[in-house]
Amino acid sequence: MTIQAPAGRPAAPTPGHATPLPLRREGPAKLTGQALYTDDLVFPGAWYGATIRSTVPHARLLAIELDPAFDWGRVAVVTADDIAGRNVVASIAEDQPILVPVGGEIRHQAEPVVLLAAADRDTLREARRLVSLRTEPLPPVFDPLASTVVFAHHALVKGDVEAALAADGVVVVEATYRVGHQEQLYIENNAMIAIPRGDGGMTVHGSLQCPFYVHRALRTGLGLDDAHAQVVQAETGGGFGGKEEYPSMIALHAALLARRTGRPVRMIYDRHEDLAATTKRHPAVIRHRTGVRRDGTIVAQDIELVLDGGAYTTLTPVVLSRATIHAGGPYDVPNVRIRSRAVATNTPPNGAFRGFGAPQAEFAAEMQVGRCAEAIGMSPLEIRRRNAYRAAGVTPTGQVLHDDAAALEVLERAAEASEFDWVRARTAAERAGRGPRARTARGIGLALGWHGAGFTGSGEAKMGSVASIELTGDGRIRILTASTEMGQGTKTIFPQLVAAELGVDPDDVEMAPQDTSLVPDSGPTVASRTAMVVGGLLVHAARRLKADVEGRTGRPFELSWRDDARDHGPTRIDERFSPYPGRSFDDATYSGDAYPAFGWAAAVAEVEVDLDTAEVTVLSVVAVDDVGRAIHPVLCEGQVEGGTLQAVGYATIEEIKLVDGRYLNDRLQTYLIPTSLDAPRIETILVEAPFEDAPHGAKGVGELPMDVGAPAVVAAIHDATGAWIDDLPASPERIIAALAGIAPPGPPGMSTVSAP
Amino acid sequence: MHVEPPVGSPRSLEEAYGLLASAPHRPLAGGTDMLVQLTGELGPAPERVLDLWRLDELRGIRVEGGALEVGALTTHAQIRRSEACAAHAPTLVAAVATIGAAQIQNRGTIGGNVMNASPAGDTLPVLLALDAVLVAGGPRGERSIPAVGFWPAYRSTALAPDELLLRVRIPIVDGRRQAFRKVGTRRAQAISKVVLAAAWRRDPAWRDVRIAFGSVAATPIRATAAEAALEGAPPTAASIDRAVAALLAELRPIDDVRSTAAYRLEVSGRILRRLLEDAS
Repeated sequence: MTIQAPAGRPAAPTPGHATPLPLRREGPAKLTGQALYTDDLVFPGAWYGATIRSTVPHARLLAIELDPAFDWGRVAVVTADDIAGRNVVASIAEDQPILVPVGGEIRHQAEPVVLLAAADRDTLREARRLVSLRTEPLPPVFDPLASTVVFAHHALVKGDVEAALAADGVVVVEATYRVGHQEQLYIENNAMIAIPRGDGGMTVHGSLQCPFYVHRALRTGLGLDDAHAQVVQAETGGGFGGKEEYPSMIALHAALLARRTGRPVRMIYDRHEDLAATTKRHPAVIRHRTGVRRDGTIVAQDIELVLDGGAYTTLTPVVLSRATIHAGGPYDVPNVRIRSRAVATNTPPNGAFRGFGAPQAEFAAEMQVGRCAEAIGMSPLEIRRRNAYRAAGVTPTGQVLHDDAAALEVLERAAEASEFDWVRARTAAERAGRGPRARTARGIGLALGWHGAGFTGSGEAKMGSVASIELTGDGRIRILTASTEMGQGTKTIFPQLVAAELGVDPDDVEMAPQDTSLVPDSGPTVASRTAMVVGGLLVHAARRLKADVEGRTGRPFELSWRDDARDHGPTRIDERFSPYPGRSFDDATYSGDAYPAFGWAAAVAEVEVDLDTAEVTVLSVVAVDDVGRAIHPVLCEGQVEGGTLQAVGYATIEEIKLVDGRYLNDRLQTYLIPTSLDAPRIETILVEAPFEDAPHGAKGVGELPMDVGAPAVVAAIHDATGAWIDDLPASPERIIAALAGIAPPGPPGMSTVSAP
Repeated sequence: MHVEPPVGSPRSLEEAYGLLASAPHRPLAGGTDMLVQLTGELGPAPERVLDLWRLDELRGIRVEGGALEVGALTTHAQIRRSEACAAHAPTLVAAVATIGAAQIQNRGTIGGNVMNASPAGDTLPVLLALDAVLVAGGPRGERSIPAVGFWPAYRSTALAPDELLLRVRIPIVDGRRQAFRKVGTRRAQAISKVVLAAAWRRDPAWRDVRIAFGSVAATPIRATAAEAALEGAPPTAASIDRAVAALLAELRPIDDVRSTAAYRLEVSGRILRRLLEDAS
């Protein structure tokens, strides 16, 4: 790994660049097995909970039948009738029930209907089999293009697309891309334990990304006030967006059972249930019509994007926003029309996953740019050079980019580090000289991407997050935020940032537990916003704390904080987010600064394709990512490597097939991700083009690498074989269909219907 | 339903046969398939389990009477390390090396792979291609069953409920060549989409050709039409064309969660062609 200071910009010392880099806070406990994940927590007398789900994709629920031969006194049974609050999982829209009521509509195969709890697992297992659901089938909708239920839609227009496409000398390139589901596959399954309190309140411990989302869901569903709902994050084994939203559902289920039994109830999903029921990356259908001049100038983009949201709204409208805004890719095109919609199908709801709509949109955009380059006989590198955003470029929402628009920097760094032109000339020569009986083919592919840092549009302004630092009466420095650690490094970089401001050692700074009764709502741990937004709040709070203490003691903070605590007592600084100056977004016209800043990424992949089987080996990926500022370069590099590998899986093998709206790949035996043997050599290059309005310059890193890996790999497959693979994953089945001229598999992400 | 059915743990074959005769038991070797089925509640749990792990007489690899004999409880890891297997059945070594992870290879056995009778079982096409004989034992004594008749239908075997698989006999044939190719979703820990094992002699015409596939039918199969197209034919491009055409006409793979019928058929033809070209 190398860290590159952007050209023309001095690598000024910035806060938090502590050397040597601190170890991961929670690392030793995880390595030595002392870290307590949800299923490790012991609550004496706890019962085990289970969820009875629908087994049909669309139906009216007529009755819930309990086998009368069984002694139901041994088991707690909860249905929609037992919900004290409102029967909705609080989210953007309130359409998803906690449990489907009798008479209600079942909208997907894994929909929760009945909850059971028992003192031991054997009883629970027995009882599960003795609950049956009587249903009346309704016609299901599986094709997103045929769905008439629209969760959200957008139309972005810049210039005159039709006129530009019709102009003389413009080559028009058209294609339709389809991408399927992707599972987050965090190492720890979803898990929640609810503990009823003597005062009628409820405490929930669980594996989650967003404590205050779960808190709000508990208040709504259980009819509790703020003080009577408490959510505590246990050690969490990965999230990737998969624990942004569904934990609210599981917490409600555990809490309803806990309230019924008066005991703690453990709701621990096994891998099968987690795969079968929880949210996935949205499938999408994306049509591009692009006008390009022979000199490589892209003059028009006409894009239609449809996301399959699954059965309920969940986070889909926000995913659609990001997909829409990113749909053109990082290119300054004068005429753009992006029409998008997210629709309902009778499949389990799709939700957040690293990238949040951008990987789908940018896969299509990047493949399309590659097609345009081929159509005019230009190198994929050169066409990107000509069209990539520069400072002062204007995006389709009318956002004017600042000096940190580092598209060209990441592109050139990637091209140089991968020797793109040289390798591409070699693969072209190899392809030209290839005999009919060649065994393998090598290819190289390039992709350029951008990722809006933090929430889309006015999200952050509306959220008004708070982060706090406390100097306690006994002289401890404590960070209070709701930002969760799930392996990405929150607990390491926050103390690092605060310690650098205060001039103390990171070990002198404590992290308060992510417990809603202790910490302020600093927003969800999503959207690559933790380092940029919450980290920025903490830097501001630390500066205020330092000024307060030094004002009182007249001495440097690092020499006086303990004395100040003793003499003056505790000091707490609450820092609330206020919008970055000069940045605003108008939701009504969908225009303005869609993001405070953009991160920029390029990836170059080299692949080898087995020409007999179309198996793809991804040999190497050069990943160049502009993260604004790398607070902890080692953790940053880990994020880029992990995101790149997830993108390689997305590109090549990760696929969910559905029949009658049910996932067939609902076990680790059938849902495969790359193993270490499938992992390419990944060379990470971090570029720092700081976000000028964040005190520490950071833009976030979590999602950025996910946007570019898949189009780079699929472009490399094209370079190797000459075949354009428009559907993800570019599986051997799809490649062989292109090579042998046989029928390809059906569209990814769309359910087939079983024979009657 | 209980996750843990009662388990009998005999210390000798005689005791095992006695238990089998007294009541139906599902024999358990390494357990790498059965335990997944039990904990995942995939299908009904067996009423009783017969744990074979202590039957050391079913372990070991030896060369005897012109054949390589591999005890049913021999693990994949032991086969991978065996010089005798490397010398006489390199395709078997190649096949077991592709099964699961190291932990699975340490626990899983060849007998378990044979008796699990999965159409995707990676050793099964090898046993078909090498004319293996499966030796079973029971209250009526021992009997030998050729691999070619051992898997009569989807997930079933030729054994009676009171019999156990004792060992696998692979005849050692002078001048026999072998090849193995597995196509999975990823480089390790993947169940096959297509698996091919072949054996032959050349003089220089093709002789004693055996071509076997897994994951392309309800059982592991021999591609007898492709074999017949080659048998006695000269090692020419035309013979290879005929063999591949015969294969494409005789295979009837299906779509499933792992792959498609179209891919399986196309790739079966391509990997057979490659194998035959390399052998010509």
